[in-house]
Amino acid sequence: MKARHLLLIGYVVFLMLPLYWLLNMSFKTNQEILGAFTLIPHDFTLDNYRVIFTDRSWYMGYINSIYYVTLNTIISLSVALPASYAFSRFTFVGDKHLFFWLLTNRMAPPAVFLLPFFQLYSSIGLFDTHIAVALAHCLFNVPLSVWILEGFMSGVPKEIDETAFLDGYSFPRFFLTIFIPLIRSGIGVTAFFCFMFSWVELLLARTLTSVDAKPIAAIMTRTVSASGMDWGVLAAAGALTIVPGALVIWFVRNHIAKGFSLGRV
Amino acid sequence: MRKIENNKAWFLVLPVFLLVAFSAVVPLMTVVNYSVQDIFAVDNRVFVGSEWYREILRDPGLQNALLRQLVFSIAILIIEIPLGIAVALAMPRRGRWASLTLVVLALPLLIPWNVVGTIWQVFARADIGLGGVLITQLGIDYNYAANPMDAWATVLVMDVWHWTSLVALLCFSGLRAIPDAFYQAARIDGASGWAVFRYIQLPKLKNVLLIAVLLRFMDSFMIYSEPFVLTGGGPGNSTTFLSQTLARLAVGQFDLGPAAAFSLIYFLIILLFCWLFYTTMMQMGRGPKA
Repeated sequence: MKARHLLLIGYVVFLMLPLYWLLNMSFKTNQEILGAFTLIPHDFTLDNYRVIFTDRSWYMGYINSIYYVTLNTIISLSVALPASYAFSRFTFVGDKHLFFWLLTNRMAPPAVFLLPFFQLYSSIGLFDTHIAVALAHCLFNVPLSVWILEGFMSGVPKEIDETAFLDGYSFPRFFLTIFIPLIRSGIGVTAFFCFMFSWVELLLARTLTSVDAKPIAAIMTRTVSASGMDWGVLAAAGALTIVPGALVIWFVRNHIAKGFSLGRV
Repeated sequence: MRKIENNKAWFLVLPVFLLVAFSAVVPLMTVVNYSVQDIFAVDNRVFVGSEWYREILRDPGLQNALLRQLVFSIAILIIEIPLGIAVALAMPRRGRWASLTLVVLALPLLIPWNVVGTIWQVFARADIGLGGVLITQLGIDYNYAANPMDAWATVLVMDVWHWTSLVALLCFSGLRAIPDAFYQAARIDGASGWAVFRYIQLPKLKNVLLIAVLLRFMDSFMIYSEPFVLTGGGPGNSTTFLSQTLARLAVGQFDLGPAAAFSLIYFLIILLFCWLFYTTMMQMGRGPKA
């Protein structure tokens, strides 16, 4: 028991050190960041955050990112739920091939694929819209969702489906009122992963946007190269990128922690 | 679980199929197209067949990058998978502490990848970064910008920092999905802690572990932004991984033909390894014990 706690505490400390340093930097001036090693900021300043909250081109980045990430999470979950039910309950022509093919879409190195992506979304007039990024991110989030959900659904005994159908439930009613509550921990985890992978993806999001839907991560790189590394603002922006995701995991934490309860049926 | 044969299930899968195919097929075919052509300008291209493929496979620079990449990805799997399982087992099961640990673990995952590189770029500096200063205080001569070994270690530790939580979170949710009855039965049988892990927890974790292994393999094999920002591939070429070599070819020199051929070979290598992991781990689940 002791060793377990030591491991966990050690790991959490290891996680927090770089994050502390990010937060620490975000409250410092550039001179202090580059000039000396200081554990706590000497000239405590909120200027870095002020830059972000007063400049439209900065804070719109967060709004754009949140917008397309939410869109992507909703699309991914709503198509992946029925599909993963099919994979976990039925065999059908080509099921194994289809399942593996879905996974292969996460395996393409992005560098060269960016150009055809740009052409494809430009040709259908979606360039620089949030929906374009949301759809493009489905490429890796939908397979992931199907995959995670399938695992959780396979854990639900099939007798539950059969009993419900014997009791006269229609498929949609069974799916929405019985099945989805049963796997809510899986849905919570999946939603979090969709949100996360879409939130941190940079290359596709940057390629498919120019002004109106530009994500925060892309705005950060641009501003950095233009003003010759403004470390303080960069650190503040970085610290703020963690906030939306942390909120999401806070909301789904109970679904993850409660897990699977058969008592509901 | 016995599955029912039912081809109507295709209707449930169709939305996923269409959505993914829309974004997958056209770009893939375009890249295949590039890879067999010599492109001088948009309307001036020559069919060259398999020439780019032969050129790419013979390039010693790429072979070295591939070797580095393989060593890196294998090291990542060896460190992150056991560590992630251990952390998941050590996490509190319920209550306020469980929630707090979940949120803390998720934090590194939520940082955009280029920012991760930036954080570590400062954090690991021996003069102004907390991590670098701590290591120097221990009496180790450490400089990730000059010493290839240090650069390697830094990229590796950065990735462990960034991604072990993913394994831990997946395993944690998998562990929570084990009904209490299993543990009660084990307690009645007087099973040891190891036996509980080996015969109850590990088999039940098979699904999430498969996801974790494949995800970590794919993503570490395509790692780009973090080492690019942290070390720029240096010192020398010591931390230049495959995707960076590819990006140099595609964006730096704009050699679209060879770069496309390279991407497809790259893709096939990942596919091969994932297929190997996938089939081996699926076989393991059907071992004599089950």
